[in-house]
Amino acid sequence: MLQTNLTHVASLTEHTELLNNNENVMICCGRMGPMCIPVYESMEELENEYSNIKFADMEFDSPDAKVIRELPECRNFAGLPFVVYYKNGKVVKATSSIQSRDQITEILDEKFGK
Amino acid sequence: MQNNYDVIIIGAGAAGLTAGIYLSRAKVKTLILNEGAVGGQMVLTHEIANYPGVENISGYELARNMKSQAQKFGCKIRSNIKITDIQLTEEIKQVTINNKETFTSDAVIISTGGKSRTIGAIGEDKFKGLGISYCATCDGDFFQDKEIIVVGGGNSALEEAVSLTKYASKVTVVHQFDHFQAFEHYVEEARNNPKINFKMDSEIVEFSGNEKLNAVRIRNKISGDISEMNIDGVFILIGYVPNTEMLRGIIELNGNNEIKVDNNMATNIPGVYAAGDSIAKRFRQVTTAVADGTIAALSCAEYVHNNKKEPLEV
Ligand SMILES: Cc1cc2nc3c(=O)[nH]c(=O)nc-3n(C[C@H](O)[C@H](O)[C@H](O)COP(=O)(O)OP(=O)(O)OC[C@H]3O[C@@H](n4cnc5c(N)ncnc54)[C@H](O)[C@@H]3O)c2cc1C
Repeated sequence: MLQTNLTHVASLTEHTELLNNNENVMICCGRMGPMCIPVYESMEELENEYSNIKFADMEFDSPDAKVIRELPECRNFAGLPFVVYYKNGKVVKATSSIQSRDQITEILDEKFGK
Repeated sequence: MQNNYDVIIIGAGAAGLTAGIYLSRAKVKTLILNEGAVGGQMVLTHEIANYPGVENISGYELARNMKSQAQKFGCKIRSNIKITDIQLTEEIKQVTINNKETFTSDAVIISTGGKSRTIGAIGEDKFKGLGISYCATCDGDFFQDKEIIVVGGGNSALEEAVSLTKYASKVTVVHQFDHFQAFEHYVEEARNNPKINFKMDSEIVEFSGNEKLNAVRIRNKISGDISEMNIDGVFILIGYVPNTEMLRGIIELNGNNEIKVDNNMATNIPGVYAAGDSIAKRFRQVTTAVADGTIAALSCAEYVHNNKKEPLEV
């Protein structure tokens, strides 16, 4: 399991439940590596500022993470982590590799509103 | 005043966190302001095997331990902030973050470390994560049986070029000079690897592709000729530059934009100290950053004490 304080998505069922129960969701699918850790840290901080968004992580190497790895939006990705933003269960944005807190905030504000 | 501290430390890498531990333990009211994730370059390191007393630890874990140690002594840490204004020359130093919160202090320690050097070629930003990577250990496995380029000629470039042959079918090392800066054994290992070939005196001038990277344009620096090469991935491993942009024209820097300090880690401005990879020095390691951070903290505590005439509890 990833060593973060975020909600962990461990299976396809949990992934479906998360999307069914929350309008706005951000999932960071990665490992405990240098490009992923800064993203988790930003998400942990942003969790306190955006009560309208559910922040979660998923282990990139778990078999069920194919639900993210195999998304058409992630087809060309070649850098960890894969970060996916969902609104009402639909992918509204996906990014590959490290993103700064400012870049994440910009996406959250644009896709989910403040 | 709530936003007033004895010392503000800028940067929460090994140097800044060490300074935070020493100062807070000495009951010096300390705030660390950090632009990115806490830990700095330690977080970029999968495994640290040369930190004395700890046989093997991930950089992330070492950073997390240092952070919690500093916080246990009462050090305040604010990460993922942006410093938008800084005033160091007056007796009371002033740092504004995110254009809205201002903090003051008697002294400042700058420990802003370094960041990966980028090439600055056309398309570099666009294809980050879509073929361009700065971390071989993170992204190597996306290039199974693919052809890739490693840019650089130092130790990390050649070491990673060899390790990337576990995945890639072919690795081309592109280097701007006709010789390498790496240790001889890294060069030998790379030269003896049948999957690796070399393009010397060369530089990438453009990255191109549609949804992902699929080609680069390479300029030969001697002839000026430009050739195009189809490629699946490029790893850019060309070293680090000091994070001192915001200090230019304020603090004395050397020709490499590294901060000049004396043996006490004092800069040319009274009450301003510097430590770690951002200072002018020869060896950049966690141990040297920790040592610099210690010296800066002790010198700084003395400065604050002399300013306030309060007992010192180091
Ligand atoms: C891939 C890699 C592997 C390495 N392996 C080893 C190893 O095995 N052993 C070893 O001893 N050393 C290793 N090193 C070197 C070591 O990590 C560094 O020398 C050391 O961590 C530097 O610490 P620092 O605190 O000076 O700077 P950094 O770690 O760079 O920390 C600086 C901090 O300041 C922040 N910052 C920058 N600018 C600003 C600003 N304007 N405002 C606020 N904050 C700012 C940054 O976000 C960062 O958190 C490695 C380095 C790399 C990149």
